[in-house]
Amino acid sequence: MLRFIGRRLLIAIPTLFLVITVAFFMMRAAPGSPFDGDRKLSPEIEANVMAKYGMDRPLHEQYGAYLAGVVQGDLGPSLKYKDKTVLQILQENYRVSLTLGLSAIILATVIGVSLGVLAALRQNQTTDYVVMTIAILGVCIPTFVTAPVLVLVIASKLGWLPSAGWNGGALPNLILPIVVLTLPQVAIISRLTRAGMVEVLRSNYIRTARAKGLPENRIVRRHALRAAILPLVSYLGPAAAGLITGSLVVEKIFNLPGLGKFFVISALQRDYTVVMGMVIFYAALILILNLIADLLHAVLDPRVRLS
Amino acid sequence: MTGTILTPGSRVGAETMEKAARGRSLWDDARRRLLRNKAAVGGMIVLGLLVLAAIIGPYFTPYAYDQINKDHVWAPPLTQGHLLGADSLGRDLLARLLTGLRVSLAIGLVATTVSLIIGVAWGAIAGYLGGRIDEIMMRVVDVLYSLPFIFFVILLMVTFGSNIILIFVAIGAVEWLTMSRIVRGQTLSLKHKEFVEAARAAGLGDGGIIAKHIIPNLLGPVVVYVTLTIPAVILAESFLSFLGLGVQPPMASLGTLIANGAQDMELAWWLLVFPSLTMVVTLMSFNFIGDGLRDAIDPKDR
Repeated sequence: MLRFIGRRLLIAIPTLFLVITVAFFMMRAAPGSPFDGDRKLSPEIEANVMAKYGMDRPLHEQYGAYLAGVVQGDLGPSLKYKDKTVLQILQENYRVSLTLGLSAIILATVIGVSLGVLAALRQNQTTDYVVMTIAILGVCIPTFVTAPVLVLVIASKLGWLPSAGWNGGALPNLILPIVVLTLPQVAIISRLTRAGMVEVLRSNYIRTARAKGLPENRIVRRHALRAAILPLVSYLGPAAAGLITGSLVVEKIFNLPGLGKFFVISALQRDYTVVMGMVIFYAALILILNLIADLLHAVLDPRVRLS
Repeated sequence: MTGTILTPGSRVGAETMEKAARGRSLWDDARRRLLRNKAAVGGMIVLGLLVLAAIIGPYFTPYAYDQINKDHVWAPPLTQGHLLGADSLGRDLLARLLTGLRVSLAIGLVATTVSLIIGVAWGAIAGYLGGRIDEIMMRVVDVLYSLPFIFFVILLMVTFGSNIILIFVAIGAVEWLTMSRIVRGQTLSLKHKEFVEAARAAGLGDGGIIAKHIIPNLLGPVVVYVTLTIPAVILAESFLSFLGLGVQPPMASLGTLIANGAQDMELAWWLLVFPSLTMVVTLMSFNFIGDGLRDAIDPKDR
């Protein structure tokens, strides 16, 4: 087990290194600099500012210095938000994104698995068709369509919920963003669960369990579900990536102070260190989730050997 | 069969024999199954109409997509000659929608082709050569899989400015990973088949075998995946456009239209509703065709 984790970490670290390298040089290749403000700085002042952030040195030296900092957990100062380090910005804003992402994935799993199991048990009946229609709609209606439409109908026309803002994380402000993030995940999860369940229900050991005379309820819960949700575990990593992508849209539309909103703005403003910090944060998050997924897979599936 | 007794030399017999001998190829079977699938046929009809509208539609609208009319600002649908209304600059939504659909479909097609070429080449080479090379090539894919790709696409757009060629390449370069995995898996199972051995025995080199024997035989799953990649690409481009990083005005794509519609939706619902509907219908028809093709070509659950 430990060796397995060790091996996966050995792959994860070069991956993270690659991410940092590519992002660093891409960001620097972009025309413009973080100090191109509305007012043009005089050459002397600009030189001073560049020197202050070490940006007067050759690029490879800056890269080395940045890497050294990252290894020590120092992501540098923000170039746009005066007096703030990148870590502070991450700390101040991750809560919004985390709340949205976690709620969405938990809700989507509960609803998606239930719908998927229901559809599999009533295969080719009306319930199945209804669930699968929802699944197709969920995949085909992107978040940037559901979000404005829901705001228009539920917030603007009906006035049931606030249309935007964080408001300290009050529940009414959270409902619409979470619903928007959850819908596509429900669609994918229910599809995966249904497919897994249909296959498992046909297998020999389920037939054995039936032959033993176990009640259907118990067969589904104890024997079938465990095997059927295995594909879901592998979906953990991609789900996180999907939620992050979705949060970029949702945070923009609902005007929420999360990380996603920061990323695009910072990239456009050439706030190098903030962009890098977010890329590292999200890459590490996805790598860790993939590792957890692999471990869970091994624990749940006795056929997988950790080697 | 008809139950006719086949006497030697009879014409009926010869015809029947000929029919039987011609047989039904796998592709014939697949086409038959596909045409029986109502959702897939519906998807094909709708998509055909959409493609037709995108190609010839812009020539028949009364206004050009970038024509600004000061007197027609916020014109609701069916007024002042605007079938679907007009936007904040008085531009005709129908013309913009058709142009946007054209751009989105073109991006879907081109970026998918890019991903197809990279993915098939990568997967076929890795699977066919096997061993060390295979391991390294697939490890690269694994590593790329675990990257937050959307960030790189965003960085790419920010770095080089959003021109349409770059959108093609950036999205195509992201979408090839799954394709290469599918192709590699197929190649692994194909390369030990007798006909490949026969080709090798006849003196064909590795390149020739990959190009002439491996790739044509893995078309099935690739076709299925292509029909599912196109909507994913359209979605990715729209997502970029929504964040303001995709197609730049006055050009339009479905994503930019939806983004603008979302800004102005309180004043002009039609700017949000019609582009959104078009987007959803387009994505759905692709997905129906893709699902239908998968059931037809790879009928695991028949």
